[in-house]
Amino acid sequence: MDGVSDFLLELRSEEIPARMQAGARAELEKLFRQQMQAAGVTPGAITVWSTPRRLALIACDLPDATEAVREETKGPRASAPPQALEGFLRKTGLTREQLEDRDGVLFAVIEKPGRAVKAVLAEAVPAIIRAFSWPKSMRWGAASQSTESPRWVRPLSGIVAILGEELVECEVAGVPSGYATVGHRFHHPGAITIGGAHDYTAKLRACHVLVDHAEREALIRDGAARVAAEAGLVLVADEGLVVENAGLTEWPVPLLGRFDSAFLQVPPEVIQLTARVNQKYFVCQDAAGKLADAFVCTANIEASDGGAAIVDGNRKVLAARLSDARFFWDQDRKVPLAQQADKLGRITFHEKLGTVADKVERVAKLARWLAEEGIVPGADPSLAEQAARLAKADLVTEMVGEFPELQGLMGGYYARAEGLPDAVADAIRDHYKPVGQADEVPAAPLTIAVALADKLDTLRSFFAIDEKPTGSKDPFALRRAALGAIRIVQANALRLSIGEGDLLAFFADRLKVQQREAGVRHDLIDAVFALGGEDDIVRLLNRVEALQSFIGTEDGANLLAGYKRAANILKKEDWQGVDAEIAQTGEEDPLAMVDDPDLKAVVDARMAERRTTAVDREPAEAALAEALDAAEPEAEQAVAAEDFAAAMAALATLRAPIDRFFDEVTVNDPDRNKRSARLELLARFRAAVHNVADFGRIEG
Amino acid sequence: MNRNPQASFQDMILALHDYWAAQGCVILQPYDMRMGAGTFHPATTLRALGPEPWNAAFVQPSRRPTDGRYGENPNRLQHYYQYQVIMKPSPPDLQELYLRSLEVIGIDPLKHDIRFVEDDWESPTLGAWGLGWEVWCDGMEVTQFTYFQQMGGFDCKPVAGELTYGLERLAMYIQGVDNVYDLNFNDRGVSYGDVFLENERQMSKWNFEVANTDALFDLFGKAEAECRNALDAGVPIAAYEQAVEASHIFNLLQARGVISVQERASYMARVRDLARGSCEKHMEREAPRWAAEYEGWTA
Repeated sequence: MDGVSDFLLELRSEEIPARMQAGARAELEKLFRQQMQAAGVTPGAITVWSTPRRLALIACDLPDATEAVREETKGPRASAPPQALEGFLRKTGLTREQLEDRDGVLFAVIEKPGRAVKAVLAEAVPAIIRAFSWPKSMRWGAASQSTESPRWVRPLSGIVAILGEELVECEVAGVPSGYATVGHRFHHPGAITIGGAHDYTAKLRACHVLVDHAEREALIRDGAARVAAEAGLVLVADEGLVVENAGLTEWPVPLLGRFDSAFLQVPPEVIQLTARVNQKYFVCQDAAGKLADAFVCTANIEASDGGAAIVDGNRKVLAARLSDARFFWDQDRKVPLAQQADKLGRITFHEKLGTVADKVERVAKLARWLAEEGIVPGADPSLAEQAARLAKADLVTEMVGEFPELQGLMGGYYARAEGLPDAVADAIRDHYKPVGQADEVPAAPLTIAVALADKLDTLRSFFAIDEKPTGSKDPFALRRAALGAIRIVQANALRLSIGEGDLLAFFADRLKVQQREAGVRHDLIDAVFALGGEDDIVRLLNRVEALQSFIGTEDGANLLAGYKRAANILKKEDWQGVDAEIAQTGEEDPLAMVDDPDLKAVVDARMAERRTTAVDREPAEAALAEALDAAEPEAEQAVAAEDFAAAMAALATLRAPIDRFFDEVTVNDPDRNKRSARLELLARFRAAVHNVADFGRIEG
Repeated sequence: MNRNPQASFQDMILALHDYWAAQGCVILQPYDMRMGAGTFHPATTLRALGPEPWNAAFVQPSRRPTDGRYGENPNRLQHYYQYQVIMKPSPPDLQELYLRSLEVIGIDPLKHDIRFVEDDWESPTLGAWGLGWEVWCDGMEVTQFTYFQQMGGFDCKPVAGELTYGLERLAMYIQGVDNVYDLNFNDRGVSYGDVFLENERQMSKWNFEVANTDALFDLFGKAEAECRNALDAGVPIAAYEQAVEASHIFNLLQARGVISVQERASYMARVRDLARGSCEKHMEREAPRWAAEYEGWTA
């Protein structure tokens, strides 16, 4: 190897959507590495950048040539039948004369000379472009007369591929590689000649292009904060906007503008959303933390007038948007929520589940019931019902029609504006919560009642019509609803039956996912669910928590080992209990086979005798039986009292006796009576443990 | 000729005509039917199909009955103008051609911030979609820029580039006017309001309050039937006109508030079937000729 060079690749296109640029950078690096690996080239550091108009990659220290490779394949013996030889020749593509005979065994030796890396790259670049995966891609231009034409996110317009200072010649989609790129669309419309990786960023910078997205992001982040500070304001930081604006500009220039302060009577969330979603503007606060009458937009040029026209234009656009918002705000407040709610009968919730009004009716009843039953302590039933009846009314308001993200929030504003109690307004505002993982969980009683009722109704209704999530498909967001319900129940320690049948199983799955993130083992949840009938999340989690700490102790770990041993023996022996054993061995006990009600009393008596017949017990058996006598009622009572730590403590007393039992007693005694007594004792031990959890589900 | 696109709405349109004519576009006049967008013009939809090169530019009035505001909103109209450019196959410098058209009507790109912001286009009614942007000028959307990928359910082979300028918005921006009715129409004393204000008032009233809904339902059914009649007779261009008609009647019914949420989807599906059926028949009719004339082309 005589030297190394840096490689520059720039793929230019019409504007790449901002949201796709991070993924595209990762994809470019991944595909480049794959190509290099396949060719046996090990690159040094790799850097990837993006702007709206280009993806760039610099790979340092590529060798000038790949190393020569010698591949040897062992073939058949020289004396092997002709078919074997033919097969080998076909496989290797060689002739008999080219094979080497080594001590009667044939070898194929293929020498692959080193290749110029420039040639490797000339093949790699088109391959990368063809293999590139975009969230959405398109065809363009004359070549698109065939659907086989290359695809890219938007039309591909240029390729720069330079190894060291040499052009890597290739062509894709009629676009040949070259030294030329373009600068900023407006500041430098002409071509720029790039020498190589070493002068790429500097030459672009001189032509008003900051190719490093991180640099543009920093410039926007800091610049926006600075122009806000210069106006005596504080920027409301928004990293999503920083990245988006960096993805929309090659030469970002943050500019501050003002809007008519009369718009501030509209709720601040509305203004912020309008500015952010529609216009990609930052908003600012005053020193007191109140939304200010200012916005920060990010221009893509160093304007000839210092940005005055740009700010003025953006101000007008924002003013038009805010006028719409204020119009909605004024219109919506003219109609009481109760009257808006009447319109919900026109909106289909789901074709099999009726209208949104029908849903509201169900939720209102459920919310009232949750309050009346005291399941949600401190919630006034009438207010809970009222809040539930109004909770969805904002869906038909103009504002939510325009900004669906504001559902709930606007209902809260409108409720307060018409003088409804704060608790009702809060419940309306927050009843969709918690939405995401970071979202807060309702804690106010009325809000809890409405939020929980809404989610439970959604889940029950969709399960009732068999619309359950499958795989990645969850069109009605039932997983989110279930997780939300779990979090509400858990955070507020609400005691209720969460569901049954498939719905309960669905909750169990969601709970496992959620608890795994909280560090709770899913097998422990299984172990408790396996007992059946546990539909109370609070109790379940208490039990799981006690179980997890118990399993972590030495007693717990040993008891688990003892349990597994006992369970294995019982499984191996297919132990079904004494009765079954007697029944199976009818020879000894012919009456057991008789299916005659008149004889039942006789059979029962004989059975009882068999069970109580004192077999010679070994001391370890007696000790285990004695320990079980004490532990069983204690564990049962503790479970009934939901004192799961005490239940675990009761089980812990079994650890020493079970260990001793296994040390001293042979279960499989030739004496059938002894054997069945011992198996029965193990079955009793297993049952005692099951009071708390199915230890068979616990891993390890 | 001295045009003053910065002071007159009609000069702006004429400047665009001059410019796009110079780029080889056929300058068409508006289609003589009511339609929701310039994209419905057969010069866009039907011409987007097949391999024949096609470059055209035209103004098309857009009818959006639900956007009517009785002439009281400074930005919203139930009738406004779109300027459409379609170029097939999409030329490699379509963005540059477009940007030069903005300079022609007086937008200096070193003074105003021009941006291409992702906005993909989809029309379920036309069975069509494309990728592109909305073009922003100082934060205002002034043009929809789309590379058609499918039309009537068929792959566009080759792809056409479509530009749709919102003329009133652009003019308001260029003239520095906050109310559309204040636009200078001809630089000889006629304003946009002089031309259209009363029209907006009456048409809003008719769209929202007056139009006889029984008659509209009836018209919808008749357009649907006539579309099928034309399809059966093998005249897809005539069938397509009926699809456009049905689409507009549907929009009127929407404005009258007589189509429920549930019914809405089914009406849209009916219009889509008509539009798609027309495109299919058009393809069926033309494909053999196209395949013969353009080597390697298949539907």
